[in-house]
Amino acid sequence: MKIAISTTGKNSDSVLDMRFGRCEYFQIYDTKAGKIIILENKGRLSSGGAGIAASNQLIDEKVDVIITGNLGPNAFELIAAEGIKAYKCKSIAINSVLEKYNNGELEEITISGPAHHGGHN
Amino acid sequence: MNIAVLSGKGGTGKTTVSTNLALALQANYIDCDVEEPNGFLFLKPSIEKTEQVMVEYPVMDDKKCVACRECIKVCQFHALAKVKDKVILFEKLCHGCGACKIICKYDAIIYNQREIGKIETGQTRNIHCSRGILNIGEPMAVPVIKKLLQNISEGNYIIDCPPGTSCNVVNTLRYVDGAILVTEPSEFGLHDLKIAVEVVKMFQIPFGIIINKDDGKDNIIRQYCKKENIQIIGAIPYSKEIAQVYSKGDILYDHFKIKPIFKKLANRSKEVLQWN
Repeated sequence: MKIAISTTGKNSDSVLDMRFGRCEYFQIYDTKAGKIIILENKGRLSSGGAGIAASNQLIDEKVDVIITGNLGPNAFELIAAEGIKAYKCKSIAINSVLEKYNNGELEEITISGPAHHGGHN
Repeated sequence: MNIAVLSGKGGTGKTTVSTNLALALQANYIDCDVEEPNGFLFLKPSIEKTEQVMVEYPVMDDKKCVACRECIKVCQFHALAKVKDKVILFEKLCHGCGACKIICKYDAIIYNQREIGKIETGQTRNIHCSRGILNIGEPMAVPVIKKLLQNISEGNYIIDCPPGTSCNVVNTLRYVDGAILVTEPSEFGLHDLKIAVEVVKMFQIPFGIIINKDDGKDNIIRQYCKKENIQIIGAIPYSKEIAQVYSKGDILYDHFKIKPIFKKLANRSKEVLQWN
């Protein structure tokens, strides 16, 4: 199983980034292969559609679970359609995020947060 | 002669200046503030024609699409995404640029059209009036503005710009020969005026400043204009009477006491903007 977490840094003591579309990195934990992939969020600097760009990256990585703060409407739509489960968590260290997930303490995201519009078009 | 009326800061009096100058100069009026066009509230033209503004968007032929992702990669606006081996479109992010259709090797993309707004045209007091209206929920105003300004005929036009200095304003300025910058003597008014001046300078067109809600003193706007050597067209005083006429939706130019202010602004505008 592949678990993607939106993060502010590349290490296991980095904290979860509450923003999905505009987070710095995604840390992907591949529980089967026992590997960690660090993915730079390409959507972060785009003027619009950041959530979609970020979702596209994670769909390509074939992740099964996303843990983040909030999902915007576009990202939520994509992730739900792809059948990826998303969970809400506070901005705590990635180690603790995984622990909470494994203990089943995280709440599933079933509605999207408010839309953020980036730059002007 | 096309003259843009812009401001930087919102609520400084673009529409007040535009509508009254259009009447004083007997110039046609175009409301490009398509997200909240309010000039017609004052001019009250009879609407003669309403046209739709359409934009193009891609439609995927699922039989031909192999979900190769080339269209997703080429889209600069992140309007496309792949879900369960199907490409889906977020139509409000699409700019209709056509890149996805060009890149598709499987001829799986066709373009359809959808309405994003309207253009209304009419007449009042021997001037021609038009305005764009962006449909509620639509984020992209530029196609409406372009359609409004693309086919304007010969003559003189006062073009009421959107607030700010974003793409909407820049696209409007592409069609004008001169600009009037309306501001007010406040810190915000000055701050945003400076940005608007920078934008107008890029177009190398004559421009001047109108100070609205003016206190008549050597205020921060006058000091800035003197320092930067920018011409002041004139001022509209900070007055309760003006606010009262405006709040009823009446035309300031019809008011015998206020009319001379706009007559003077009209003459000075011609001078500063080298009209004729």
